[in-house]
Amino acid sequence: MTTVTYLVGGILGIAAALALYRAVRGPSILDRVLALDVVLAIIGAALVLDMVVNRHLDHLILLVAVSLIGFVGSVTVARFVTDRK
Amino acid sequence: MSRQRIPLITELPLVIWLVLVWGALWQDFSAGTLVFGAIIAYVVVNVFYLPPVELTGRFNILWLIPFIGRFLVKLVAASAEVFWLALTRGPRLRNAVVAVELRSHSDFLVTATGHAISLIPGSLVLEVDRSTSTLYLHCLNVTSSEDAEVVRRDVLATEAWLVRIMGTRADLASLRAEEARR
Amino acid sequence: MVQDVIVSVLLIGGALMSLAAGIGLTRFPDLLSRMHAATKPQVLGLLLFLLALAVENGSWVLVPILVLCWIFQLLTSPVSAHMVGRAGYRTRHLQRELLTLDELDDIVAKAADEVDGRAAGDDRARTAGTAGSPAGQDDSPTAGPPDRSEA
Repeated sequence: MTTVTYLVGGILGIAAALALYRAVRGPSILDRVLALDVVLAIIGAALVLDMVVNRHLDHLILLVAVSLIGFVGSVTVARFVTDRK
Repeated sequence: MSRQRIPLITELPLVIWLVLVWGALWQDFSAGTLVFGAIIAYVVVNVFYLPPVELTGRFNILWLIPFIGRFLVKLVAASAEVFWLALTRGPRLRNAVVAVELRSHSDFLVTATGHAISLIPGSLVLEVDRSTSTLYLHCLNVTSSEDAEVVRRDVLATEAWLVRIMGTRADLASLRAEEARR
Repeated sequence: MVQDVIVSVLLIGGALMSLAAGIGLTRFPDLLSRMHAATKPQVLGLLLFLLALAVENGSWVLVPILVLCWIFQLLTSPVSAHMVGRAGYRTRHLQRELLTLDELDDIVAKAADEVDGRAAGDDRARTAGTAGSPAGQDDSPTAGPPDRSEA
């Protein structure tokens, strides 16, 4: 189980690094929003991993909150980008 | 904007959904939680006014279960495909914007179809034309008009499933007629 | 033991979906193809992670909130994908030469012409520009039933 934990953590880390690379590179603000959305999803995944490994359920509400923040964030930015054209 | 009163019966699905959300958030479905949830749901529905969703008035659970199965199979297959494309094709990817005209003219059904299609990787709703209920989809890895035709047939099949589950009676009847002709 | 194996497989599967999103984000050529990679595998990824949590925990009390969490994602992710995709298409963030077929181009161009030709605030519900979609908020309140079903 420990090996699996490190493996999953490693994969998530690589995925987050790739997404952050896209967030830094851009080129447009929509790309950045998209990349940060993925980073949020990976954070959610990491929260679940923590709950599975340490056998507790403290982060469940955080999980719901993280997914809703991602939604509100990307919709808001997309809306303003369309308006500003 | 004038606020017309909405009869409680139209709001009922929304209130029930909110009560279930409340119960799930507390991870407790005892009577006390549910009653308090119902009060909060009623207040929320009345204070944060939203125009009512026009449901179609029928719901067939027998078709829902195979639909969920089909949906999950497609979800897994298509997620694997996106992964494979990202690894092998990468920057050399070709896409297309495909217009699909749906049969149904119910807003609810068009939305449901758009959601189901968007959730299955490989297609994305870019634009909706409500007057003709046409969906404009951005599709991954479409290289020829045959591929586009495959996408179109797939979307119409998804819509047919949704019509069977919760379409209006008129939509269902025209779907049956279309199938009989074939 | 069996439980551990199932949980491990689910966790690795979910992590691979995140990795798919990461690789897709870095390797795909334009915004709209990146959107496919970014938003979609996450739906399956979250499902696998939540299943792992449910299997590991093994209690039924947890199921409603996990289902709720997934349903929230099912409802929100197509909407945000649509909003970002629409903004990307409108602001010309996609690369035309990567498209083999574009059946929306003419209609958007025509709608843009009509909008330019007419006074602002005119009823343009018939054009593709404002029909449907959450962006229909800029319709005047009288322009037909508001589409809350998108929200």
